[in-house]
Amino acid sequence: MLDSQTIAYNPDYEGPVVSVHGLRNSFGDQVVHENLDLDVRRGEILGVVGGSGTGKSVLMRSIIGLQIPDEGEIKVFGEQILGKSDAETIEMRKRWGVLFQGGALFSTLTVAENVMVPIREFYPDMDRDFRREVAKYKVCLSGLPADAAPKYPSELSGGMRKRAGIARALALDPELLFLDEPTAGLDPIGAAAFDNLTKELQQTLGLTVFLITHDLDTLHAICDRVAVLADQHVIAVGTIDELLALDHPWIQEYFNGPRGRMASAGKKSLG
Amino acid sequence: MAIPSDFVEETGEDGAVILHFSGDLSIASLGDLPERLREYDGDASRLDIANTGYIDTVGAWLIHRTARDWDAEIVGGDDDAQRLIAAVAGADQPADIRPEPATPVVRILSEIGESTTIAFTTMAGLIGFFGAIIVGFFHLARHPRKIRWNAVIQRFDIVGVRALGIVGLMSFLIGLVIAQQGAVQLRQFGAEVFTVNLVGRLTLRELGVLMTAIMVAGRSGSAFAAQIGTMKLTEEIDAMRTIGVSPIEALVLPRFIAAVVMLPLLGFYASVVAIIGGGLLSWVQLDIPPATFFSRIREVVPLTDVYVGLVKAPVFGAIIAVTGCYQGMQVKGNAEDVGKRTTAAVVQAIFLVIVLDAFFAVFFSWIGWN
Repeated sequence: MLDSQTIAYNPDYEGPVVSVHGLRNSFGDQVVHENLDLDVRRGEILGVVGGSGTGKSVLMRSIIGLQIPDEGEIKVFGEQILGKSDAETIEMRKRWGVLFQGGALFSTLTVAENVMVPIREFYPDMDRDFRREVAKYKVCLSGLPADAAPKYPSELSGGMRKRAGIARALALDPELLFLDEPTAGLDPIGAAAFDNLTKELQQTLGLTVFLITHDLDTLHAICDRVAVLADQHVIAVGTIDELLALDHPWIQEYFNGPRGRMASAGKKSLG
Repeated sequence: MAIPSDFVEETGEDGAVILHFSGDLSIASLGDLPERLREYDGDASRLDIANTGYIDTVGAWLIHRTARDWDAEIVGGDDDAQRLIAAVAGADQPADIRPEPATPVVRILSEIGESTTIAFTTMAGLIGFFGAIIVGFFHLARHPRKIRWNAVIQRFDIVGVRALGIVGLMSFLIGLVIAQQGAVQLRQFGAEVFTVNLVGRLTLRELGVLMTAIMVAGRSGSAFAAQIGTMKLTEEIDAMRTIGVSPIEALVLPRFIAAVVMLPLLGFYASVVAIIGGGLLSWVQLDIPPATFFSRIREVVPLTDVYVGLVKAPVFGAIIAVTGCYQGMQVKGNAEDVGKRTTAAVVQAIFLVIVLDAFFAVFFSWIGWN
């Protein structure tokens, strides 16, 4: 079925879903990452935070193969992905979904057609009618109303576009979901609804989620662990309480600043 | 590896027909299962998924959909399977993939109607836009300090100076071809010497300016539409208006002025290069030395031919700038529209240039500039 060059699908693998070791990224003279280590455990929602320009998106792009690092080792589902061709990582690509910052929906296709693109690409033999059915329920599963399916991205609001992006990211039933600032630009109600959707999908579908965010409410509401990027590497990973126990000025300022305290209070009052 | 899904039919003890599913029920393992289930024509009333392996939402959807359509019961699912089936059942709503298509008659009629309105609105829009440019122009003329000289000079460079190479090469080749073809035909009458008239008059009167206009429409008209269209998409135009900067003055007028000033210069340059090309061919093939060739040009080409070319050129430049900028300003929605508008800008510019060229030809012979 698969040719011998592709990475074998190993459903019994139990280790960290993503494992980054000794990563180094640079653009010209500017070093973004130096000796960066990070593990994402199976089934968790890992929040990734860090100031602007600390390379959160670059880290994500490195893991999904859009950015070739200078040095380091990246394993996804226990398999090395660096130095492999696109054809060799195709089995990997089927197992993760990505939501880009702006949604990155194909603007000339309807929402439902957007969802069908990865299915058609990776499973060209799937029955056409069945593929359409799959696209429809994925759209509804992402919390969009059914009448959004035949609409074009330009006809959707920002929040709906993010949901459509999630629907496309979930098209292949991935085990690993990358979200790049999913709640940026959403109103608080829309952002909270999106957090709930992420949590709900993670629980029902058993997803592992790699979530880049600036949204303190999201961190408090749904993240199991938070990784902090600063000084070109991950300075700490843990629950928010564990991070608060650390004596790092940036972490203290981030979580104990006025916004951090409010988000934390909001979480406590909700119970 | 995913284990391919399969099913077998069995009649249970209570007489009910049961389908026993096996293997993984996931997007990677389903294979032709959806088709086989659709072709199945027994009357199963129970779907047993107790012996299935890994299940994902696609598998859950297939089971749910089959159960729904056959009014069957799902048995034997573990917690994961039940949770997923419940999730996809909650997302089971009728939806369309594409917007509802109209019936053919309505579609054809509406397309005709749409094209007609577009043709008229484009024409009206172009004229209106030209008016806006004129208004902007007079506004700037009264407030000369507001003219963006930097932008204008930059456009001179991009529209004019950087086009010299390609326009020159094109004109040189056209000059060669006209001389060569003319010489072949005129030789039959022993009138090769009139090749000089042909090259000189044709390039100065018509081809120099016309070919330059086509080249500039393709090179700069498209760039105008794409640049302004992209700025429209990224809301830069709206930002300008908010700050109080008129996009007509900041974006359109520099391009308009550049095209109107540069086209006569490029057109004249193109004619001269074409004459040099024709002269070279005459020298090589017809043994007319360059000195004779150019003195003949001076004798046979009336000065009015140069005027004809130079009068038309700024008008063509204006057309190119107006269509390019107008189409750019009309961009809405997505990146595909930028492409469509860019194409429209070039096609309309070239079309209008050629139509107007025909009118000019009639006009000039009417006033006696033959």
